[in-house]
Amino acid sequence: MVRLLRTNAFRLGALYLALFAASVLALLVFIYFSTADFIERQTEATIDAEITGLREQYEDRGLPGLLEIIHARSTAQHGNTSTLYLITDAALHPIAGNLSAWPQAQHIRAGWIGFPLEVRTRDGPVQSNALASVFVLPDGFRLLVGRDLRDASAFRSRITRTLGWSALLTVALGVAGGLFMTRNMLRRVDAVNRTSERIIRGDLTQRVPLTGSGDEFDQLAGNLNAMLDRIERLMLGMRQVTDNIAHDLRTPLSRLRARLEVTLLERPDAGRYAEALRETVAEADRLLGTFNALLSIAEAEAGSRRETMAVVDLAEIARSVGELYEPVADEKGLALTIDNDARLPVHGDRHLLSQALANLLDNALKYTPAGSVALRAHGVDGSARVEVADSGPGVPADRREAVFDRFVRLEGSRSTPGNGLGLSLVRAVAKLHGGEAWLEDNNPGLKAVLTLPMADRSALAATRNAA
Amino acid sequence: MKLLVIEDDREAAAYIAKGLSESGYVVDQVADGRSGLFMASSGHYDALIVDRMLPGMDGLALIAALRATEVRTPVLILSALGAVDDRVKGLRAGGDDYLVKPFAFRELLARIEALLRRGGGSTATTRLKVGDLEMDLLARAVTRGGQEIELLPREFRLLEFLMRHAGQVVTRTMLLENVWDYHFDPQTNVIDVHVSRLRQKIDKGFAKPLLHTVRGAGYCLRPD
Repeated sequence: MVRLLRTNAFRLGALYLALFAASVLALLVFIYFSTADFIERQTEATIDAEITGLREQYEDRGLPGLLEIIHARSTAQHGNTSTLYLITDAALHPIAGNLSAWPQAQHIRAGWIGFPLEVRTRDGPVQSNALASVFVLPDGFRLLVGRDLRDASAFRSRITRTLGWSALLTVALGVAGGLFMTRNMLRRVDAVNRTSERIIRGDLTQRVPLTGSGDEFDQLAGNLNAMLDRIERLMLGMRQVTDNIAHDLRTPLSRLRARLEVTLLERPDAGRYAEALRETVAEADRLLGTFNALLSIAEAEAGSRRETMAVVDLAEIARSVGELYEPVADEKGLALTIDNDARLPVHGDRHLLSQALANLLDNALKYTPAGSVALRAHGVDGSARVEVADSGPGVPADRREAVFDRFVRLEGSRSTPGNGLGLSLVRAVAKLHGGEAWLEDNNPGLKAVLTLPMADRSALAATRNAA
Repeated sequence: MKLLVIEDDREAAAYIAKGLSESGYVVDQVADGRSGLFMASSGHYDALIVDRMLPGMDGLALIAALRATEVRTPVLILSALGAVDDRVKGLRAGGDDYLVKPFAFRELLARIEALLRRGGGSTATTRLKVGDLEMDLLARAVTRGGQEIELLPREFRLLEFLMRHAGQVVTRTMLLENVWDYHFDPQTNVIDVHVSRLRQKIDKGFAKPLLHTVRGAGYCLRPD
C-alpha cells in the first residue's frame, strides 16, 4: 500500500479524482440552488394566483362573498393545511380562515412575510415555516394568503440528501476506479520490471509478456522484447565467434610454438636461428591475417555495422574492385571483363562489400590457370546481382556449400596461398545485407553469385547530392 | 627529430622506442595519458605516437585536448581497434594517421616519416617534381625528361601519392588506404602488380630508375 502511494500512477489518479470530485460538487451545488429557487418561485406563484382570484371574488361579491369562499376553502382543506388563509379586521382580529391568530410575522421583502407555524398532524404538532402575502382590502380588512413550507423544505432536504449521497458515491466510485486503474497499470509495469530483474540476474531468455491488446504497454513490451532478441543474438554471435577463434587459432599457434621449440633443441647456429625467426615472422603474419579475416567475418555476422550503413552504389564498388584486380589478371594472362549497370543502389557498407567482391575476384583469378574471368553487376528483379564467373576447374556440386564454412579448402588448393575464410566472409557480408551468396556451375568453370536487395534509386541520388 | 611515445604497454613502448632510436630519432616515453598530455603540450616534439587506450586519460581525449590548445604536432594513433568507424573517430579527434595493432615496425617507421614530411603546404601545390619526372596536378599531365607519359586515373593517383612522399618509404598498406581507400588486406599482392605497371610507364626506357622496391617494407620514389 505504501508503495502504491509512492507511485506516479497513484499520484495521477488522485489528482484526477480531486478534479473530478470538485467538478461534480460544483454541478450538484448548482442543481441544488436552481431547484430551491424553482420551488420558492412556484410557491410564490401559487400564492399570487390565489390572491388574484380572491380579490376578483371580493370585487364581484363583496366581503360576505369573500368570507364565504375563505370559509369554504379553509374547511375543505381540512387535514391538508398547505394553503393558509386569514381575514382580519383593521385591529388584526381574526374573522375567518384556518389560522387562529395574526402571526408574529417577519418581513422578507416587499409584499412577502414569513412566520413560524405549528401544524397539527396525526403524529402531533409539528413546527414548520410559512410564506405569505398580505392584501389590504379597501375598508381596512386584511387578507393573508400563505403556504406551509413543510413540503417545500422536505423536498429541499431530500434533494440535499440525494445530492450528498451522489457526491459520496461519486467519490467512492472515483477512488475505486482510480485504485483499479492504478493497480492495473502497476501490474503491467511490474511485469516489465520483474522480467528486467531476471534478465539482469543473467537469464537473457526472459521476455516481457504481451496482453495482445496492442496498447502502449504492449508496444513498450514489444519493443523491449525486440531489443532483447537483438542483444541475445549479438551475444550468441560473439560467443560463437570467440569459441571459433580460440579453436581456429590454436592450430597455427601450436605449429609456431613447435617450430621455435625444435629450433632451440638443435645446435646453436646463427644462420639457422635467423632462418627460423624469418619463418616465425611469416607464420605470425599469416596468423594475423587469419585473425583479421575472422574478425571481419565476426563483425559482419554480429551485424554491428548495420547502424552505419548507407546507400552505396554496388556497380561503382564492382568497377572499383574490378579495376584493382585488372592488372593481376593481365599479368596472369587471363581476360578479365567487367560488365555492369550504370547504377545499383544498395543499402550497405562500402568496405565490407568491397572486401567481399575482392575475395570473389581473388578466388577466381587464383584458381583459374588460363582463360577468362567475368565480373558482372546487374539489377535483376529488384535485387542487385553480382556474378564472378571463371573458366577454371570449378567446384564439385556436393562441395559448393561446404566451401562457405570457415577454413574449408578443397583438396588440391592447399598449395595456393589462402586461409579458407574468403567465402565465409562473402556469405557473412551477404547475410548482413539481407542478401545471399552461392556457387553455380559455369559450364565450364565456376560462377559465384552474390545478390543483395536493391535500395530505392532516388535514395542514392539523394545521398549523392548531400555528399 | 624528437618524438614522444605515449603507450602504456611497456614492452611495446620499449620496442617502438628502440626501433625509432636506431633509425636516428630522439625518443621520449611516457606511460599514462595525463603525463603524456603534459609533455606533449610543451610543443617540443616533432611528432607524437599515441596509443588509443591509456590509463589516466583516453588517447583520443588527449589528442582532442592538444588540438584544443592549438598544439599542431602531427599525431599517429596506435590502436587495437581496426574497424573503419574506429579510424574515422581517431582521425576526427585530430589524429593525422591511424595504425592498427599489431603492425610491422617498418610500417610505423614509414608512416612517421610521412607525417614528419607533411605540412609543406601540399594543398597549394599544383606541380610535383622528382628528378626529371614532373606532374601537373591541374592539367593532370605527367612528363619525364619532357616526354609525356599517359597514365590511367588510378595510376595517376598512385604516382601522385608516391611523388608527394618522394624519398620516403611507402608501404603497401599506405597505398591501399590512401590511393584506393580500402582498409582490408587483399590476399593477392595486387599493389605490387599496380606498382610494377606504373614502373613500366615511368622508368622503362630511362637510364635511371626512380621507383625503387624496399625489401620487406614497400616502395620509394627517389631521384638518385
